[in-house]
Amino acid sequence: MSEPTTVLSAEEMSRAIRRMSHELLELDAGADDVVLLGIITRGVPLAHRVAAAIADAEGTSVPVGELDITMYRDDLRDNPTRPVGRTVIPRSLDDAVVVLVDDVLNSGRTVQAALHAIADLGRPRRIQLMVLVDRGHRELPIQADVVGKDLPTSRSERVRVHVAELDGVDEVLIERTEGRA
Amino acid sequence: MKHLLSISDLTDAELAMVLDTAEEMHDVQSRSIKKLPALRGRTVVNLFFEDSTRTRSSFELAAKWLSADAINVSAKGSSASKGESMKDTLLTLDAMGVDAIIMRHAGSGSVAQAAGWVRASMVNAGDGMHEHPTQALLDAHAMLRHFRKHEMGSLEGKRVAITGDLLHSRVVRSNVLLLPRLGAHVTLVAPPTLLPSGVRSWGVEVTHDLDEVLPEVDVAMMLRVQRERMHGGYFPSEREYIAGYGLTAARLSRLKEGAVIAHPGPMNRGLEISSDAADSAGSLVLDQVSAGVAVRMSILYHLLAGNTPES
Repeated sequence: MSEPTTVLSAEEMSRAIRRMSHELLELDAGADDVVLLGIITRGVPLAHRVAAAIADAEGTSVPVGELDITMYRDDLRDNPTRPVGRTVIPRSLDDAVVVLVDDVLNSGRTVQAALHAIADLGRPRRIQLMVLVDRGHRELPIQADVVGKDLPTSRSERVRVHVAELDGVDEVLIERTEGRA
Repeated sequence: MKHLLSISDLTDAELAMVLDTAEEMHDVQSRSIKKLPALRGRTVVNLFFEDSTRTRSSFELAAKWLSADAINVSAKGSSASKGESMKDTLLTLDAMGVDAIIMRHAGSGSVAQAAGWVRASMVNAGDGMHEHPTQALLDAHAMLRHFRKHEMGSLEGKRVAITGDLLHSRVVRSNVLLLPRLGAHVTLVAPPTLLPSGVRSWGVEVTHDLDEVLPEVDVAMMLRVQRERMHGGYFPSEREYIAGYGLTAARLSRLKEGAVIAHPGPMNRGLEISSDAADSAGSLVLDQVSAGVAVRMSILYHLLAGNTPES
């Protein structure tokens, strides 16, 4: 494995999150009925950062929830049993504007699983997708509404998002893995 | 995990994961759409050679809420009543391609024996006087939830007295294997005639005096007097049993503040437990029932969701 390259520094990441929050406010004409749902694991701290940025900009507090999609994964039975995380829904999702927040958008299968999970939790007016990094290689017709950074990658590369809350540092790295697609 | 035959099958890591997942599954019970897709396409059979209300129905609900297909086969009304052997019944169900067989049988060790015959995962839902592992797990889960809700911590250092017909009880054996692993201090209370032989080697305290331990305990678990397994005089009269071992209204008042009452059900109201106790604010009886579905969802998830290598 070669040395990882830094794609976003802490400062760039925080700037990206601020811009993403503004884009979201523009897209939804404000923060009314918005619920941020972070996809476990790294979507959760990102969702809280977006909520903080919205509070800064608008003075409104947006509810933040956590979505565990383990049981909705389409590859559940191809892997050893995964531990299940805790879904936390801060308010009814009926008629809400649900904004899914995740760190990396890749195949789109996580988002598909998240959409199925949301369908079992309520009927939002609208569901939007916000990701810090879009690395391409989609396997499903899924598009993000708000993107922090478009990052064209080859399949042999891995994108790693680190957040201070869990990893002690804010950064986005790209690593080349050898011999493995 | 391939089978769940005994509490001792679970490693510490598996035990922690099963209880954690159960906690998440609890939330599903309160949703309007009680459905998770994790076991879509899997088939679960409830094979009950003995009667059951809560175990059978909660396993069925657990399977269905995880999107598995579930069917019930009971000895009454099946070929078992025509004299088919247990082995043939199991091989028949296994040949249909089911993924898990949840089995209750009067024979101690029968479910473990069955696990050697079939390809499906076997879950012990009570084998004679041996074990009932999901009951112990749900007991622990209900207690843990209660302690957490009231900011009383975990089971570490808690005192649990299990009182009643221990001789015929598979629940007590599973709980004695489980609760000390979670840090609880277990005391068994019964008249000498209702203590299993070898109980002194179980590594838990044993006493005949309920009144002595009652003021000390955090959990008073009362077990059913299993009349259907009693073919002899285990105690002189019901009145005498109640006087020594029933959780009466008078004994209820001797429990310390914050102590709770558990009973795996079905209850003999007025015998091992009074209605005052069963319906009191400190009663966990219905919490145990709802914990049962969550724990069984967790067990089925861990047995069937992933591609567990064949053991």
